[in-house]
Parts: sequence; structure tokens; C-alpha cells
Amino acid sequence: MIGRHLIEPRDCSVEELEGIFQLAEKIIEAPETYAEACKGKLLATLFYEPSTRTRFSFEAAMLRLGGSIIGFDDPNASSAAKGETLSDTIRTICAYADAIVMRHPREGSAKLAAESSDKPLINAGDGGHQHPTQTLTDLLTIRQEKGRLENLTIGVCGDLKFGRTIHSLIRAMDRYAGIRFVFISPDELQLPSYVKDEITYASYEETKNLEAVMGELDILYMSRVQRERFVSEEEYLRLKDIYVLDAEKMKKAKPDAMILHPLPRVNEISVEVDQDPRAKYFEQAHYGMIVRMALLMKVLGVKEND
Amino acid sequence: MINVSKLKKGLVIDHIAAGSGYRIFRQLKLDELNDVVILMRNVPSRKMGKKDVIKIENHINLDLEVLGLIDPHATINVIENGNRAKKIALVLPKRVEGILKCKNPRCITQYEKVEAPVFYLANEEEKTYRCSYCDSPTQFEGGE
Repeated sequence: MIGRHLIEPRDCSVEELEGIFQLAEKIIEAPETYAEACKGKLLATLFYEPSTRTRFSFEAAMLRLGGSIIGFDDPNASSAAKGETLSDTIRTICAYADAIVMRHPREGSAKLAAESSDKPLINAGDGGHQHPTQTLTDLLTIRQEKGRLENLTIGVCGDLKFGRTIHSLIRAMDRYAGIRFVFISPDELQLPSYVKDEITYASYEETKNLEAVMGELDILYMSRVQRERFVSEEEYLRLKDIYVLDAEKMKKAKPDAMILHPLPRVNEISVEVDQDPRAKYFEQAHYGMIVRMALLMKVLGVKEND
Repeated sequence: MINVSKLKKGLVIDHIAAGSGYRIFRQLKLDELNDVVILMRNVPSRKMGKKDVIKIENHINLDLEVLGLIDPHATINVIENGNRAKKIALVLPKRVEGILKCKNPRCITQYEKVEAPVFYLANEEEKTYRCSYCDSPTQFEGGE
């Protein structure tokens, strides 16, 4: 994967993903082995909109590999404020850095930027479009915590209409064998038909009732109803707390079920669930950094000392 | 009935859906040619009821992508010595470059200059294309 861009999750084949996950597993087992893996390498983090979580995750990943970082998280402080085009900014950064991580509010910006980049460019979110390292995070969490990516019943709950991490997760998991999805949402926030049409291998069913399906799920992926996606505040207020996962509902879950959430959460997972060993969303954040370490090593082509 | 004489050498764009002829005329910029060009509208047709036909008295390079996009059912006849030398059937192009513009207000192509944006065919029946940058669907209207 040396020199490759990562714009959307499907830029990686299932085999390439497995390579990333195997390396991630080695990093988890012996992180000290990789403390200087990226020594002398420089990562540029270009954040045209703030995202503390994703930026910290990438920067922590690079620093833990012994690499260095430059970047900005306020576009007003960058040359974009002077009217420089995105492609000129990228060409300039390529003269300094070995790899680029970019977050930008406009959809499709990552692909446009990659066209001007001769260094690997990783999309850290382009508006409501793609956020591939979130998907890698979700997959690594499932693989590590369940021991497999096949033969799973995955409940996806909440805003299935606008949730881009959910759409990516569905597309990514559809490539593994024996996957069954249970889509749990109110009518207003159902999974769009263009996402359903793309499901090739998995089977799926749709329901409004979370409690009724709790006992069937190996994984429950909760998501936030995002205020910014609603035109009407009234509609948002009506739907925002439609699903709240609490200790009562957890009683119905399988003993080895796993609760995931891309974070930040609002009310959809009650704080009491955090103590439940089946709640894995904070581990998920840790896996997010690990998978970014593995990805950076892959695209930079550094030695993976076996 | 108005009679238009047979072409000796040139191109006939036939079986254009009635009403689309003028659009094709404009999109192909036939008004900029120095050759004889005839646009016939509402010509009686056995198969189609009514159709539009365009005749061009020269062999020019036609943009088949644009033509396929506006009317994939039209046909092109290449005329040599008064006879049809070749017939070209059109298809809806799988990929178009520089013809469509993304309508998604959040797409990067609305903010940064992209010389020839690429679109991929998403749904043949609905003539829907997807922006290669933001993946938003766009339907070809071709009116502008």
C-alpha cells in the first residue's frame, strides 16, 4: 500500500484490510517495538474544520510511531484564507511532508486533493461524504473483540438516513461472509434505498423496535441523531431521543454482545451502560489510534519488523 | 410537406425524439459550423409517430457522448456518394467528462475550479450520473 491514498473504505481490498489489521494486532501486542517505526517521517494534518477527536487520534498515532507532525486546525490561519486553491496547498505541503491527513467540510474534497498529491493522502472526513478511518476503526474493534469479521448479526440503530459512518460500515461489512444486518430506525430516518441497493452478500431486515431484536444481536452499533442534518428543529427534538440504550435494555442482550458507537454520544446510550463489559465504545477510540498507526506505516512503507 | 433533398456527403442524425432536435443542435454547437445544416422538427415517422432529424453537409466529428446523453435512441448515418456508408448506434455513455455539472451544493466542485468533472452512469433508465467527487446523483437535462 506504499504511497497509496485512502479516500473511501473500499479503496482497500479485503486482503489489504487484513494486512492492516494484522499489523494493528502486532502493535497492540508489543507497542514498544514500533516506537521508532516512523522516525524521520513527517505527517501533515490539514484540518479545514475542527475535529479534535480525529486530529488527536492521527497525531497520537504518528507520535507513538516516533514520527513528527505539522498542521493546522483552523483554516483561517492557513493559506486558504488568502484564497489559495486546495490543489496548490496540497502541492506545497507535498514538498514538506511524507504523508497528508486532511479533513475538509466539502464533499469530494479528499478526492480532488488526492489528484494533486504525490504523497499518500488520507481522508479524515470530507463533509457528509466519507470517513474511511472511522470504518477501519469499527472493523478492527469488531475483529479484536469478536475474533472474526464473518458470521455476525449486526444491529445498526438510530439515524440510518444521514449517518455516513453507518453507510460505510454497511458497505464494508457486506464484503464478509455470513453477515446479517438488522436496521433499527424510525420511518423518518430509515436507511436510504441507494445504500440498501448496494448490499450484495449480506441479508437484512428492518424494524422500529430495538428491544424486540436485542437478543439476536452480536453487535449493536448505536449512532447519534445529528442536529445539523435537520431543517426543522421540531423534527429533531421529536426524533433525537427515540432510542436510548439503558441497563434495562442491556438485560435482553446476548452475554457476549458488543455495543459500539462512533462517539460523541448525546443521550442515545445512557451513562449507566458504560460500566457494562459489553460496552466497547471507549475501547473503540483506542483501536482508532492503533489502526491509524498501522495505516500510516503501510502507506509510508516503513519496515514492519516481524 | 417540405422536401429536403438527399445528402451526397455528410451526416444524418435520425430518429431523434421529437423535441430534442433543437437541444442537440445547440449542445453540438451546430450553429457555429460553416457547412449547410438542416434541423427538421416533427417529421412524420412510422415507428415514432413524430421525430426530429438533423442533416449536416460535411463529415464532422460529432461528440457522441453528448449525443448519447441527450438521446441514446438516435442514430447517425454517414453518407458517402448519396448512399449510407455507415450507421452508428448511440449508447448512454458510462462515463462523461466535462459535460455535466454537480448540483450538490456541498460538493467541492462548487468551490474549487475543476476543468472537466467526471461523472459515472448510475442508473440507465433514469439517466442518472454520479459525481466522481461527492457521489451525488445528477440527472442530465442539457437545457443550458
